Amino acid sequence: MVQHLNWDPATISRIARKHLDQEGALLPVLHSIQTEFGHIPPDCVGQIADLFNVSAAEVHGVLSFYPFFRSTPPGRHTIQICRAEACQSMGSRLLERHAKLTLGIDFHQTSADGEFTLEPVYCLGNCACSPSIRVGTQIFSHVDSARFDALIDDLQTNILEVK
Amino acid sequence: MTTIYIPRDTTTISLGADKLADEIVNFAADKQLELSIIRNGSRGLYWLEPMIEIETSAGRIAYGPVMIEDINYLMTSVMASASANVYTDHPLYLGLTEDIPYLRDQQRLTFARVGIIDPLSIEHFLQHGGFQGLKHALTKRPAEIVVDITDSGLRGRGGAAFPTGIKWQTVLLTESDQKYIVCNADEGDSGTFADRMIMESDPFSLIEGMIIAGLAVGATRGYIYLREEYRLAQQVLEQAIHVAEEHHYLGEQVHGSGHEFRLEVRMGAGAYICGEETALLDSLEGKRGMVRTKPPVPAVAGLFGKPTVVNNVLSLATVPVILARGSQFYKDYGLGRSRGTIPLQLAGNVRHAGLVEVAFGISLRRLVTYFGGGTRTGKPIKAIQVGGPLGAYLPTAQWDTPLDYEAFTDIGAILGHGGVVVFDDTVDMAEQAQFAMEFCAIESCGKCTPCRIGSTRGVEVLEKIRQGTQREKNSQLLIDLCETMELGSLCAMGGMTPFPVLSAFNNFREDFFQSLERDGEI
Repeated sequence: MVQHLNWDPATISRIARKHLDQEGALLPVLHSIQTEFGHIPPDCVGQIADLFNVSAAEVHGVLSFYPFFRSTPPGRHTIQICRAEACQSMGSRLLERHAKLTLGIDFHQTSADGEFTLEPVYCLGNCACSPSIRVGTQIFSHVDSARFDALIDDLQTNILEVK
Repeated sequence: MTTIYIPRDTTTISLGADKLADEIVNFAADKQLELSIIRNGSRGLYWLEPMIEIETSAGRIAYGPVMIEDINYLMTSVMASASANVYTDHPLYLGLTEDIPYLRDQQRLTFARVGIIDPLSIEHFLQHGGFQGLKHALTKRPAEIVVDITDSGLRGRGGAAFPTGIKWQTVLLTESDQKYIVCNADEGDSGTFADRMIMESDPFSLIEGMIIAGLAVGATRGYIYLREEYRLAQQVLEQAIHVAEEHHYLGEQVHGSGHEFRLEVRMGAGAYICGEETALLDSLEGKRGMVRTKPPVPAVAGLFGKPTVVNNVLSLATVPVILARGSQFYKDYGLGRSRGTIPLQLAGNVRHAGLVEVAFGISLRRLVTYFGGGTRTGKPIKAIQVGGPLGAYLPTAQWDTPLDYEAFTDIGAILGHGGVVVFDDTVDMAEQAQFAMEFCAIESCGKCTPCRIGSTRGVEVLEKIRQGTQREKNSQLLIDLCETMELGSLCAMGGMTPFPVLSAFNNFREDFFQSLERDGEI
């Protein structure tokens, strides 16, 4: 789990300037902002647009095109379930339903307690050991309902230990 | 001192390889053993992973799949055997790695070093023939390098199978102050992981291929457009680029040659369409990943409008072996117009899932039975999807088709990027067809109408067919819609979504007509 900071214009500016000498730097800048803040705050779109000398609409257009970029903070853990064919062949449709029921949320939603965000993903490149899920940047193989429950249990236990 | 290899790639880590490595380090410290631990890449025998290898005088021997609880017994037995030089006394003993039939019966050219070397050790890379291709390329004129690639018969391994040499020739002949080499590492097809394996397990081979491409066409800058989901590949590639810079293979002077070549990794952001080369270029330019109309082709006006080679990871990683051993050597593998080898990926519901690099021409049946060993669930195979989400679902009658670009085109299928996903008899093919349309609706860039609207209408029509609503009329509508998408779409996204849909519909009709006809109700 990654701790994210609250955003401020000075940090956005500092992040953006690190990339401005790169060709076509908008995606690298957006990645860096999301790494820092967990999402791309809609209020900073105008500032990014100014830095790139483009319209806010263009930046918004890019942001909304890519599923990875989000405009709201994620939960403490982001869980991605692979929905692609290799995982389907090993029962990922069941896993999807189970995960939604267990967490009480649909895809693209965050649980009320802010613990979990559930997202679909189309392939993690782990297709030899389907079904696969990713929690943060960590990938798990052969995930059935029981393994999913154990993982969720683990994630919640760890949080209690930190407290 | 005993040398132990513990793999480190995304899949082996997901199976616990990092924890195993820690455990073995602890064990060695406890028992005061002198161990040299090398984190190699994966050999791609994923049902045996985590597979640990021990260096012996006869060669490397393998144990797998190794679980944490096996460590104590395994290491004790290995240490006892090391003195006697006999290693067979363990249930997980697999013999000499090279003699495991799954590996022995492959022809690994692109994957020659994968799983053998420490991916980030340039010394290992050099010891195993690394940079030999570059060495030869540096003695040739650009046009001669291009001729080598053309003569080898290498075709784009990303899926489109366009002759690589012709693409390079176009870039070479197009005059410009700046040219680019772009590696398409947006490996988004379900059932594929070969690019990931190259990048995580032998990144220098990709770097070498890109440098050679740069020399061939006169490009000084390269980008690897990598999908966001591949974080370990990103880490390994960035480290490998750094090492290559330190050793002066990248930078102002490629190996003291006077040729400049610089390389950078750029991350995608979860959009499947960015695997399409022109959408990829737009994304690299910092825009929405929208498909461009062709012409002009990227070889003439690509990244920032400059002549650009866009090649898949596997195509570029195959370039060094062609330069090192000659175009004839590579061309001698394969058949017809499909020359060389193809890295196939056995995935989904298959017992022995993994990477199988063989010469073109093996039949699908042999691949999934001999190498694959049937389904993991033990049930009969019902369908095999080859070539990712835009590839056809093949029924039993088509499994004797040789894996060859033309043979697959002839049956309305594709080889694509070599992903082979196996389904057992519990699969509902109507559900799969509907998913193909749904996937297209989610991932379409939205530029052309047949893809953007057609996919959404496709989901609706398939829902109606499955519910039994005006079945005859809706079946005809589905066929018409697929024709419009195939002929009217700007790129393969909309143009090939009909492949999985119609192959499922034509070959597994009974799955679509399960519910009772409800004609007249709606």
